[in-house]
Amino acid sequence: MKLHEYQAKELLRRHGVPVPPGTAAHNVADAVQAAKDLGGNFWVVKAQVHAGGRGKGRFKEAVDANTLEMVVAGAADVPGKGGVQLCRSIDDVKAAASLMLGNTLVTKQTGLDGVVVKTVPVTTGADIETELYVSVLLDRANSRLVLMASTEGGTEIEEVAAENPSAIKKVWADPITGLGSWQCMQMAYDLGLTQKKTSRQAAKLFQGIYQTYLATDASLVEINPMVISSEGDVVALDAKVTIDDNALFRQKEIASWYDESEDDPSEVEAAKAHLSFIKLDGTIGCMVNGAGLAMSTMDIIKHYGGEPANFLDVGGGAKKEQIISALNIITRDPSVKCIMVNIFGGIMRCDVIAEGVIAAVAETGLSVPLVVRLAGTNAELGKKLLAESGLAIIPADTLADAAEKAVAAAAGK
Amino acid sequence: MAILVDSNSRVITQGITGSAGGFHTRMSHAYAPIFVGGVTPGKGGQWFDGLPIFNTVAEARKITAANVSMIFVPPPFAADAIMEAADAGIELIVCITEGIPVNDMVRAWRYIQDKNCRLIGPNCPGIITPGQAKIGIMPGHIHKPGRIGVVSKSGTLTYEAVGQLTAAGLGQSTCIGIGGDPIIGTNHTDALKLFNDDPDTDAVIMIGEIGGTAEQDACAWAKHHMTKPVVGFIAGATAPPGRRMGHAGAIISGGQGGAEDKYAAMEDAGVHVVRSPAEMGSKMVEVLKSAGLI
Repeated sequence: MKLHEYQAKELLRRHGVPVPPGTAAHNVADAVQAAKDLGGNFWVVKAQVHAGGRGKGRFKEAVDANTLEMVVAGAADVPGKGGVQLCRSIDDVKAAASLMLGNTLVTKQTGLDGVVVKTVPVTTGADIETELYVSVLLDRANSRLVLMASTEGGTEIEEVAAENPSAIKKVWADPITGLGSWQCMQMAYDLGLTQKKTSRQAAKLFQGIYQTYLATDASLVEINPMVISSEGDVVALDAKVTIDDNALFRQKEIASWYDESEDDPSEVEAAKAHLSFIKLDGTIGCMVNGAGLAMSTMDIIKHYGGEPANFLDVGGGAKKEQIISALNIITRDPSVKCIMVNIFGGIMRCDVIAEGVIAAVAETGLSVPLVVRLAGTNAELGKKLLAESGLAIIPADTLADAAEKAVAAAAGK
Repeated sequence: MAILVDSNSRVITQGITGSAGGFHTRMSHAYAPIFVGGVTPGKGGQWFDGLPIFNTVAEARKITAANVSMIFVPPPFAADAIMEAADAGIELIVCITEGIPVNDMVRAWRYIQDKNCRLIGPNCPGIITPGQAKIGIMPGHIHKPGRIGVVSKSGTLTYEAVGQLTAAGLGQSTCIGIGGDPIIGTNHTDALKLFNDDPDTDAVIMIGEIGGTAEQDACAWAKHHMTKPVVGFIAGATAPPGRRMGHAGAIISGGQGGAEDKYAAMEDAGVHVVRSPAEMGSKMVEVLKSAGLI
């Protein structure tokens, strides 16, 4: 589960990581009040959405279609004001919040649809001397947590890894002992932070993000940039935290922060039905049991020249109701021209799947061709039920047969 | 004798009185009667279908001489169950449980490094040596004893491969589902090494998926050491980056873990790659014929 920046910063603050003081505002008046309460004469107002590229993003309601195309294409020097604004007066704060709240931010990552902004954190502006990158995440190569940092702050770590991999420094935590204080100090020195005050503050920040990772069951804690002021003080200017979905059962407070408006509505509905579903851009809807087979089904559709409309794993023990929900979610997508059901019954019995398919079609009707391939446990019984149902289902025997028929049906052949 | 499990294995189920644990113990024991007991804290002294239940793994091992444990303990307690089994001296731990928090597995993985055990999974279908031992949730009837090894991160995709092999008349020595989580006990490299050393295995189907670099590591090893033919497929060539495709570990992130990199590593290692998951069985037939093995 992805968190918003202000939520991520709240978690980091609780674990001793210095973050700029600020308040998340939901309307313009609160934003203005927040700036007044913070004091000073320099503030940052940000549009709070999960997507990256906010600073270079533009608002649908404020610029024309051509400008939005430029944003999505990643063009430089796009005219207009973005989703991260530096404000030198209260009037500027008011203008920025008015532009952002309730309007739709389009960034390179959101695509032309954009995301509606509901929250704008207002923070005091930072005095920036140096920008660094630091994160904690799982290193799958050795099953340990790694503290990773680079002097190229403000840049995406993928870019640094591709262009200047030696700029990335790493230390690994032994899960028995945790991340050692000496490792944090070593990292600070490796980054060239030799001033005593700065290296100490940086080491404390590193330990803080490691502790945040453990305490919140995160799968990523990233500070980019971590900023060093002209005075040598360290602060986490921007933060990204992702929580391990498998641990949400014991992270009740964080789980309650889930913002479903950030996700595709069909994905939210699928999650509620305990289905693993990801919306894609193609025309062939897929319903499969098992994640590996579901991915392979997408792959074979593409192999035969089609495009999958979704990834959908109904799981190992799906009930009839889940099959009905799954087919409903797929058929509601107007771009779906054909549905391919691919089930290899292990624990899941093919006759149960067949009953679910028949019930779903009886309930909602069938507006597009439906190709069904059943194999494994009770496959023959399942096929018999489908054949006797009188529904216009296209049966298929093998994976290749099903994919070929689905691709042909989607093309109207 | 195939690899890791056979008719001499002595298996207990941790979580034997749960609905999934009970169901699959029955199914597996009916396939091959190698189960000797189960563990559910608080139910020691009771019986499950003629199998004794113990309070702890240590007690179960002491009395039954079990050397394999199949874990069906719910996610919040599953990492602890792995460590308990390792501490009790169980040699092969097969963890079926899906949804274990990654931080729990970081600790459990580290803990078992010093123990004399091998972990398969978690989040896996288990392991089967057809005709001899079934420890997991795979449907036994699609398998057939033979000489092809199968290793895969997935459940049903493994069944698909097995189904294709069986349909082509090729039996299997052992099939291992290694699991789709970011941290797993036995990886592709481990499985390839075991199959390479097994006199009862002629060739291997290796099925990978997006996420991580375990397939590349296995290919780097296979390039110089694997003496048997390998047929390979990677699931998720059409998966979008940054999205978790069902399995907790199936995600392309930070520019790493994409299918093309894995296919390239396979090609480089001399693996016989299939781009269509429908061709795993037929490719194996072709490879065995050209090697003079059938």
